[in-house]
Amino acid sequence: MAASATVARSAVGRNPKTPGWRIRQATTTYAALIPYVAFSLFPLYIMFITSLKSKQEINNLGKSPFWATGITLENYEYLAKNTHFFDHWMINTFIVAVVATAISVAVGVLAAYALARLKFRGVEAFGVAVFITYLVPQSLLFLPLIEVINFVDQYVPVRDSYWSLIITYPTFLIPFVTWLLMGYFRTVPFEVEECAYIDGCSRVRTLVQIVLPMALPGVACAILFSFTLCWNEFLYSLVFIQDELQKTISIGVFTELVRGDIYFWGSLMAACLTGCIPILIIYAFFMDYFVTGLTAGAIK
Amino acid sequence: MAISANEQTLVLDSPGVSSQRWRRSFGPDLDGYSFILPAAIIMICLVVYPFCLALYYSVSDKMIGEESHLVKPLWDNFLYIVTVDEIFRQTLKNTLIFATVSVVLKMVFGMGAALLLQRAARLKRFFRGSILIPFIAPTGLTTLGWWLIFDPTYSHINWILANVWPLSLLGLGPYQWLGNPTLALLSVIFVNFWRGMPFFAITLFAGLMSIPEQLYEAADADGATTTRKFWHITLPLLRPVMAVVILFSTIFTLADFGIVFVLTRGGPMNSTHLFATYAFTVGIQNHEIGLGAAISLFLFPILLLVVIFQLRTVRKDADYGG
Repeated sequence: MAASATVARSAVGRNPKTPGWRIRQATTTYAALIPYVAFSLFPLYIMFITSLKSKQEINNLGKSPFWATGITLENYEYLAKNTHFFDHWMINTFIVAVVATAISVAVGVLAAYALARLKFRGVEAFGVAVFITYLVPQSLLFLPLIEVINFVDQYVPVRDSYWSLIITYPTFLIPFVTWLLMGYFRTVPFEVEECAYIDGCSRVRTLVQIVLPMALPGVACAILFSFTLCWNEFLYSLVFIQDELQKTISIGVFTELVRGDIYFWGSLMAACLTGCIPILIIYAFFMDYFVTGLTAGAIK
Repeated sequence: MAISANEQTLVLDSPGVSSQRWRRSFGPDLDGYSFILPAAIIMICLVVYPFCLALYYSVSDKMIGEESHLVKPLWDNFLYIVTVDEIFRQTLKNTLIFATVSVVLKMVFGMGAALLLQRAARLKRFFRGSILIPFIAPTGLTTLGWWLIFDPTYSHINWILANVWPLSLLGLGPYQWLGNPTLALLSVIFVNFWRGMPFFAITLFAGLMSIPEQLYEAADADGATTTRKFWHITLPLLRPVMAVVILFSTIFTLADFGIVFVLTRGGPMNSTHLFATYAFTVGIQNHEIGLGAAISLFLFPILLLVVIFQLRTVRKDADYGG
């Protein structure tokens, strides 16, 4: 951040330009950025404002839909009392995201360390395989995965339960985590590890006590990003779960709250916004990690 | 890399004769295999095996919950999809338009946002943070927000067209944003653009930050204009990042499911079906997993091209291969 700010400041003040030029430059920049922000936040704003309206106000079509006059919380009350939003979907999503993230980060740390540091036959092929699985989209695998889940179900009851998601989400999380952490582990100087080995540390102990603490930002980034990917996943959750009590937020809201009648908008938008809020809170605190995770795939 | 690996061998316990032979043929760090084992098992069971299963289904008459048999000839499902299935042809056309228009829009506006972010000296975090939100927020839920915005009765866009001067003078609308085939395709493209643009903006912004400042200073000394600096410094140096971002985005745009499924479920009249939504309709709703698998497999050649291209670019980079 500090570096980027310096670059931008020097980019603006690079030439002996007049103060008028500088003001004009700043004005056009912000005048162009504000529409971007408005555009990005527009649906969230619509969700927020609609969720505060009563049914009567929503159905008053002559009135501007962009503002709420009589603020009410009845939509949120409806959500808590008449749906499984808070007592099941939210909890399910949370459990799935936490467990799938924990599995994926643990497995990904080991694989990434091997890719970054260890020399053995096949390690390059493994790296390529990880990269390919990183790019395989869910839409290519969801049909055969139904059969895999049915197979597992013969031994452990996972069918039609959120456990099927805990099993399948690591398929797209592990490649991502591995790829991300591999880059981080390579930045840890080997000399430090060497000292640990000389002192008689085992490989695993060196990884846990020396390498992981030094790659902590990368691990944090992997955890946050994995959690978000789980929270936002749509296709597998839609395909694998029919039981209303086992659904995750995205699918519960989409399949159970979208009804035929025309009066549901208030509670639907309340649900959509509430489902976004946990992610937005995490995001507000750890934005830089998200940016790192996002650019890791494209830029070294 | 090679040096550090040798050093590790020295440090480890002195190996026995047989293990020395193992090390010679499989590398110094034999424990590496146990490190990748968990990941390898999960990937084989839940990616490689399902993929092979998809290959098998695509040449079988698999229905949900029934025994399956190979079809004769083996390419019968593909033959049917390509020659008989009109909806698939429509899907192919939609996908082409959807991906091209969407990726181009994301690229152009993403680049615009990146350049603006670079120029903004204050509130940088606020702007960057808000612009990235569409990409972070749950797509299924935000798309439902767009669903309200496009709803025929409650549409915010139609309301603006009807009530905000001077647009109201034009007498446009009300439009059935998701009910008319052309408008529906435009609407899903628009939402996909809304969701994917931040990825371009933020990644290109990071790319801009890595361009050495001296180049611009030298250009300034030569009296170059902003436009010339963009075309002759920024764009050429940003090209590797742009290539990667476009490739990533192309894959994820082609494979998109959630946005289309929430807004239109592929309708009206199949005008918004993509590979994933059509495979879902055929495989899950019509129970024909064999045909569905064949449809989703059309994503694979595109994926393969991207991977090959990507690995070639990556290989050129000495410290990146692995």
